[in-house]
Amino acid sequence: MITVDATGQVCPVPVVMTKKAVGSLTADDDVEILTDNPESAANLEKMAQQKGFPVTSQKLDERHFRVVMHVTAEQARKEREIPEPASAETACPAEHSRGTVVVCSSGVCGTGDDELGKILIKSFFFSLTQLDVPPKTFIFYNGGAKLTCEGSPVLEDIQTLIANGADVMTCGTCLKHYGLTDRLRAGRITNMYEIAETMTGAEKLVKP
Amino acid sequence: MKEDEIIFCRSGGCTAKLGARALSHVLEELPKGPVDPALLVGYDSRDDAAVYQISDDTAIVHTLDFFPPMVSDPYLFGQIAAVNALSDVYAMGGQAKTALNIVCFPESMDLNILGRILQGGSDKVLEAGACLAGGHSINDTDIKYGLSVTGTVHPSRIWPNYGARPGDVLILCKKLGTGILCAAQRAGSASEREMSEVYRSMTRLNKDAAQAAGEYLIHACTDVTGFGLLGHLHEMMGGRCSCRISYAAVPKFQRAEAFAGEFLITGGAVKNRNYAEGFVTFEDTVTPAQQEVLYDPQTAGGLLFSVAEKDAESLLTELYAARYPARIIGSVCGRKQNPNEEILVTCL
Repeated sequence: MITVDATGQVCPVPVVMTKKAVGSLTADDDVEILTDNPESAANLEKMAQQKGFPVTSQKLDERHFRVVMHVTAEQARKEREIPEPASAETACPAEHSRGTVVVCSSGVCGTGDDELGKILIKSFFFSLTQLDVPPKTFIFYNGGAKLTCEGSPVLEDIQTLIANGADVMTCGTCLKHYGLTDRLRAGRITNMYEIAETMTGAEKLVKP
Repeated sequence: MKEDEIIFCRSGGCTAKLGARALSHVLEELPKGPVDPALLVGYDSRDDAAVYQISDDTAIVHTLDFFPPMVSDPYLFGQIAAVNALSDVYAMGGQAKTALNIVCFPESMDLNILGRILQGGSDKVLEAGACLAGGHSINDTDIKYGLSVTGTVHPSRIWPNYGARPGDVLILCKKLGTGILCAAQRAGSASEREMSEVYRSMTRLNKDAAQAAGEYLIHACTDVTGFGLLGHLHEMMGGRCSCRISYAAVPKFQRAEAFAGEFLITGGAVKNRNYAEGFVTFEDTVTPAQQEVLYDPQTAGGLLFSVAEKDAESLLTELYAARYPARIIGSVCGRKQNPNEEILVTCL
């Protein structure tokens, strides 16, 4: 058993010390961590559970806690191999990676004949619902804002996409401009900050 | 991890707050004393600041906030501490007028460090348009700094921290994750570039946000600080409403969730969870790391508004024009029978 004395340290230092100790193991072993605050003990226990290390946590007295986790050599090797969370400069975490973002800046599909565009936009959204992996993020602004409102010819398809986990955002300034604020029927209102952030953070932008 | 930084900066800012639950136990024991009807906001509502009416059209807003450093640069720390202290006045709908320094500093330490801290505080007080009028300092083993701020507000225009109404829209003005990012920085995981965004956020006064909201029907307002978004939302619901918020819509620093997934979180977040978890239901798809972001204690966090739905969009546009990364994060509904359902967090 190896012991990590994290007495006098507050989160996240005990976690950092423990990870280092776990990563140093070359055979199956127990790691014992001593801490003087219940928050660090709770945090260490949660970390062990999430990483699949069998763990016990004891309160010795008000200021002494002992957490013991059993780590296999294989788990220790994996722990050494976990890269630091990707740096902001090189990659986006899952939370921010919007993948494909669909942007509708008008109520029709393409330019030329708007009557044709109205028909095309209907089949565009229906087609999206039929894809194996439909896009998860949709932005509607200017004339596109009408598509998420009452009376939209594609409302049902947008609602289907939402039911499958899509985040649908409509520009609030645009809704107001067209007097549609009360008629939004799908997704949520957003602002230009989020629109700009989402579009620049997208892996791929799709504009019908 | 540099040793000297840890001594200066163990776990500061609002992460150093006493747990809300522990604090409630102590406060409940105190005698209430005689009721003074001029005290419009006091202990009872656990609001951001006390408000005392002195005439028909003026009430005084009192607040006081100090904490240990959460960053290693003394000038930056001074700025953050001042922004945080001033924020309580803005969260009440008031205007800051005067400020007094509160200083704990080890005599044995280089006094230039203290000078830098005070310079940072002073610069922010001036930026707020208030006067630095004095202060008090004591010799102590650890550095602590903050201010007591006095402001004014019209008695009919006070924004309580509770008072949200069904139908209201919830708007948060700054990104979440200052506690997590500072923890990640201490662990050596956060880059300078991402920390500079966090520092910019923590040194941004909430003054312009409060000013932008002055035109609109604000039913409740607070600044999100030590108790985390969920702790402050619980207070805002005041046992009279419930709310539904979307994790995806909540503004947050880019890697806050990734760092939380690596358990780079603060002890304060654990206390916040203990305090608020009985009032929160997470949809199954909200991951433990995402939950941590919502429990993360904030230092100099943003204003959280509960605004009438008709005004939400205009307010959002104005906040954005004032360069806050404000978002609509959810809406307020009627009271739920089950206290667990007071705050429902959905993934999208």
